[in-house]
Formats: sequence, structure tokens, C-alpha cells
Amino acid sequence: MSEATPNQSLFEQIGGEAAVNAAVDIFYRKVLADHRINRFFDNVDMEQQAAKQKAFLTMAFGGPNNYTGADMRNAHSRLVKMGLDDSHFDAVMEHLGGTLKELNVPDNLITQVASIAESTRNDVLGR
Amino acid sequence: MALTKILLDEHETVCHEGETVLEALLRDNVDIPFSCKQGACQSCMVRSLDVPPPAHAQKGLKDVLCKQNHFLACLCYPEQDMSITLGHQPEYFTEGTVIAKELLNPETVLLTIQCKDALDYYAGQFVNLKRADGLIRSYSISNSRRHAEKLTFHIRRLAGGKFSEWVHQELNIGDTIAVSDPQGLCYYLPDKMEQSLLLIGTGSGLAPLAGIIHEALEEGHSGPIHLYHGSRDVDGLYWIDEMRELADKYENFHYTPCVSRSDAPEGVAQGRANDIAMVNIPDLKGWRVYLCGHPDMVNQAKRMAYLNGASLQDIYSDAFHVASPTLD
Repeated sequence: MSEATPNQSLFEQIGGEAAVNAAVDIFYRKVLADHRINRFFDNVDMEQQAAKQKAFLTMAFGGPNNYTGADMRNAHSRLVKMGLDDSHFDAVMEHLGGTLKELNVPDNLITQVASIAESTRNDVLGR
Repeated sequence: MALTKILLDEHETVCHEGETVLEALLRDNVDIPFSCKQGACQSCMVRSLDVPPPAHAQKGLKDVLCKQNHFLACLCYPEQDMSITLGHQPEYFTEGTVIAKELLNPETVLLTIQCKDALDYYAGQFVNLKRADGLIRSYSISNSRRHAEKLTFHIRRLAGGKFSEWVHQELNIGDTIAVSDPQGLCYYLPDKMEQSLLLIGTGSGLAPLAGIIHEALEEGHSGPIHLYHGSRDVDGLYWIDEMRELADKYENFHYTPCVSRSDAPEGVAQGRANDIAMVNIPDLKGWRVYLCGHPDMVNQAKRMAYLNGASLQDIYSDAFHVASPTLD
């Protein structure tokens, strides 16, 4: 990861797009291997899913995005009907943190990423 | 160059300097799917029909998509005029004549069709075969590119399958049938010759894999090539001797026939082809993986291959339509 300077954005401090690509690879594998949540990923196109995760991580890393809560709501409404709840959201947050730790992202940046990701909770869970 | 012209279905849009193809099309009120506008979601993927798109607009796309001039409209600053398409082009058919028909096993026929025009295809692609009354089905080409006018297909008889039943019962040598342009993205490109290849197929899923294997060996692929061919019982397998001979001839080709339901005879593995492959090759980091056959097998194996280290960019799959709802 690059040296942090005061003028750099969160996205730049984490390492930009290269960091997102590295993170998607680790993050998606963690999610798919987790028996608590991987049933929500049955019957999805894996390439499209990886692309969505890249868009999500880019947003969570403070990068350029077109995030709208409505999109997040629509995308997860089917899963909410399947029983998606806080415990599953927590599991995903756990993998996000684990991924960033594996990539040696400093703790203070992980906290910032986690708080951006956390801000999507109510949209994801349709509340 | 300040202005470039983008031609889409006979509608011309002018793209200004510093403007992406997506921005130009949206400004022109063209209805095109898009979402993230940053090259991540790939919703706005389009294909150039004439010039190769700029390399920066193909970032993150699979090699087979790049080869066919697909690109992301949101990343593309055009360098010259382009003619593009959003979806599939109208299909072009050539006339084919059945020149051979033989049984591979009790439920699968090997059909050889001589085409009037040579087809430009990659090993592993499929074509649509069209009967005179318009009934169409997709079948994988099972030979390599050596015989571009003579294509072979493995046609498995499906319960209640109108087309396969007709091929088995009524289609004869000398009959004609329409053959579409080759399609599909599950194919072999002769690059990275040292890369290890894992191919898993069930039933007639062997067809495209056999084409890919012959193509790779003929091109001099030097990395190890592992084929796992599975079926419920030995009767559902075919080309066992041919594949064994190929494995004797080429040191880097390895073949494992598998049966999942009945007892496996000597030299045949017991279990599902994808399970056996993943146990034998637990680390797929850096491998290229081809999966063809029953959709459940393809989906399970895709996830397993990814979890075992294969990159999504390196996994090629083709799920076959099947009449039977059960795996294998």
C-alpha cells in the first residue's frame, strides 16, 4: 500500500483501482466459502457478481461511484425475502475487514472503509 | 482528431473530443444499458463491427471478448469512426450436408456435416443447426479448426427432445441442414502455451472439450492438459479408447473417465467428474478451466474452481440444456 500523505483521498491512500482488484479477489472468495451466507449467491452469474463487488468496494474505498440507496435496495430485495438479515450483513462486514487486513491496509483506513460500508446497511436490508 | 462518428444500427452519433462513447450515446438519447460508468459493472458492453476498439476500453474483459472486439462504452474514447452493435447480429446460415452418422453410445450420435462455406470458428464454440421447418438447436463443434468445412457434433438423445429425436431417428446421410455462424465464448486461444488446463465435461459435454484438446495439442500447447469426463454409468461415456490413445501419444495429456452412479470398472474413477477433478487437483491457481455439460455440474464446478484459486478470467463454461433434472 502507498505511503499516506495528508492530501491524498481515502481511495488513493488505500491504493486506488489496483487495491480494489486485489480486494475483490480475496473478498469474493471469502464470501463464497462462508456457509453462513453463500446460499445467497447460488444461481448468480459469477462474473456479473464479481463486477458488482468491484463497484461496491470502489464505493466503500471512497472511490468514484454512482451509488444510490435505491439500487442497493432493489438489488437485495430478493435476498431479504430469502431471509437476509443483520447477521448476514455482519458476516460480510467481517470479510471486508479481513480482506483489508490481508492486504495490510492500516487500521485507521479500515475503520473509514467499514463506516462507508456500514452506511449501506439499511438499504441492503430494505429498512 | 476532434470528432468521431459512432454508427449504431444505422443511427449515427457524433462523439466529441474528451467524451466517451457512452456519454455521446446518452447525450443523443440512445437507449443503451449502463450502470456504474467506470468500467466495473460491464453493463454497457458493446461490440465493434469494424475497427478494433482502443485497448483501454477493454480493461477487465475476458480475452475471448477482447478478441471479438467487445469493449466498454463508458471507458471508450474512440480513436477513429466506429460501427458498433449492442446485441447479437442477425444470424447467417450456410448450407450443410450430412456426410456421416454413427452411434458413440446408445444415446449419443456422432454427426458429421460438410458445410458449403468454410466456417471461421474457434475450437469449443457452438453453432445453431436449423431444420427445414425452422426448428433450431445449439450444438458444440467437436473438432479442431483443421477441418473448417467438415464439422462434427455429438447429439445426445433427450427425453422428449424434438430435435435430438429427429436427428437420431430421421436425419440421414445426404440430407441437408442449415448451419449458423459459430458462437459462444467457451473456446481455446493458443496463447500462454505453458498454462495448465483442466477440462471437465459430463455426457455430450465432451464434444467442445475434445475440440479444444485436439486444437491445443495440434498447436503445441506445452502445459499439462487434464480431462475429466463423467457420466452416470459407463454406457454414457464414449471415446474412452480414443482419449486413452491420445494420452499415450501426448505426454502432457491426462484423461480420467468417471462414473457417478454405477460401479466403476478398472481404469474408470468412481464419483462425479467435478468432485474427482477437484480432489486430484486441489490448487488451481494459474490454471485455465473449461466446464461443459449439465448446468448443475457447470455451476458447482465453476464455484469450486474459483474457490480453489482459479481466476474468473480463466474459467470458461458452457452449460447445456438438458431434459433430465438430475445431476450427471
